Amino acid sequence: MANYSTNEFRSGLKLMLDGDPCSILENEFVKPGKGQAFNRVKLRNLKTGRVLEKTFKSGESLEGADVMDMDMQYLYNDGDFWYFMEPESFEQHQATENAVGDALQWLSEQDVCVVTLYNGSPLSVVPPNHVELEIVETDPGLRGDTAQGGSKPAKLVTGATVKVPLFLDQGDVVKVDTRTGEYQGRVKDA
Amino acid sequence: MDNWQPGTSLAMLQSRAALLATLRQFFFQRSVMEVDVPVLARTSVTDINIESIPAMPYGGSGYLQTSPEYFMKRLLSQGAGDIFCLGKAFRNGEQGCRHNPEFSLLEWYRCGWDEHQLMDEMAELISLVFAARSSQPLAVTKCSYEECFGQTLGVDAHGADLAELQQRAVAASSDSWAGESRANCLDLLFSLLVEPQLPAGLVFVYDYPACQSALAQLHNNAQGQQVSRRFEVFLNGMELANGYFELTDSAEQQQRFEGDIAQRIEAGKPPIPMDRHLLAALDHGMPSCAGVALGVDRLLMQLEGADSIAQVLPFSWDRC
Repeated sequence: MANYSTNEFRSGLKLMLDGDPCSILENEFVKPGKGQAFNRVKLRNLKTGRVLEKTFKSGESLEGADVMDMDMQYLYNDGDFWYFMEPESFEQHQATENAVGDALQWLSEQDVCVVTLYNGSPLSVVPPNHVELEIVETDPGLRGDTAQGGSKPAKLVTGATVKVPLFLDQGDVVKVDTRTGEYQGRVKDA
Repeated sequence: MDNWQPGTSLAMLQSRAALLATLRQFFFQRSVMEVDVPVLARTSVTDINIESIPAMPYGGSGYLQTSPEYFMKRLLSQGAGDIFCLGKAFRNGEQGCRHNPEFSLLEWYRCGWDEHQLMDEMAELISLVFAARSSQPLAVTKCSYEECFGQTLGVDAHGADLAELQQRAVAASSDSWAGESRANCLDLLFSLLVEPQLPAGLVFVYDYPACQSALAQLHNNAQGQQVSRRFEVFLNGMELANGYFELTDSAEQQQRFEGDIAQRIEAGKPPIPMDRHLLAALDHGMPSCAGVALGVDRLLMQLEGADSIAQVLPFSWDRC
């Protein structure tokens, strides 16, 4: 991979830092009038998700990371791996549980996810922002109680548990925002 | 081309025009003469951390000037008296939310004054500029470098050994600072840790470390430590200006040039020929004086509450 100098740093650039691929979130050029210039950089470690801040001398360079984001369709899970397919080439990739991470509690077959490939293998998976999933387990619904603000936990078919309004019942389909894990609404004609 | 338009509103242009007029009037009323000096010259600063933009007049070698300092000092040596220059300066590789490679600089010199008198005058000027905007008086604080540094870091900036400063610099940033010079470690620590702790308003930090003297004279502080008679000015935590009780000794000036050039060669940076005209002017005799340079775009940023220099420049580098 090419090396990138601090003057090429910009948000979204993927770099290797201490052996791990990282993505630049923010880059600030700092230079005292008579002093050495440096770059304060906020990065996300793409393996661990941790955000770290580093200060580089301007002119230093870091190796680029072979990291690429790609839309892929989730196919199935065979107990060991989760399989994703590139829509154009139909090429399949197997992702470990570690790479799928928190996404697994939202994934239904055929969902289109953003899969981050690192050296050609899935490093992380971002599920669709909104998913529609069936409730498989919750306290009996209080029909008609649609006005009150109360809520109760409901287990969804993919394994996630979300807070839903009291009137919902097992078998109802709900829309959920996967970024926050929040209930967005009931899907009427499921 | 979508970005043919200026990056500033008409109101911002008017604000800049009003600021420039206020600055000129301030000096006119005090009988400080405006001078207009070249921005293109055959030589430039040798400073290790300032890069000049090379130019090729008539196919030869030249540089866009990083400040009007050397030309102004040649005028002072001829007997021009108190002078100011309000114009453009250029620095290569400096671009960010507080930097643009071309920027406006206000620089002035007061003959027979020391750096503390000049700081007082600057406080009057900045207070005047802000008085037009707000009924709240501008808070003004003066603090020596070792006080600011010691309060935040608990380290004696002038007395601490290099290993301790390097250790603190590494802890504050990354391993790549382990072998850095004293001046670079101090700058890093000051920028990252001390600047954010400076009080709001206008802050003068004086008696800079001797290793960062640039073109300032040296003297001993109350503790008997050698420090430079250099000050920096911060406005709400942002570096705004840099001033000196000026070095007038041509032999020492030449030594500093030679030291800079040796450092540049060691660091693999392009060598810059020293300005022999300046040395000759100092040989002829420059009056004792204090001088300061102020970033006009940053002052406008503060006046307008802008968080990026591009917001106050009609055409920042990205639009040029």
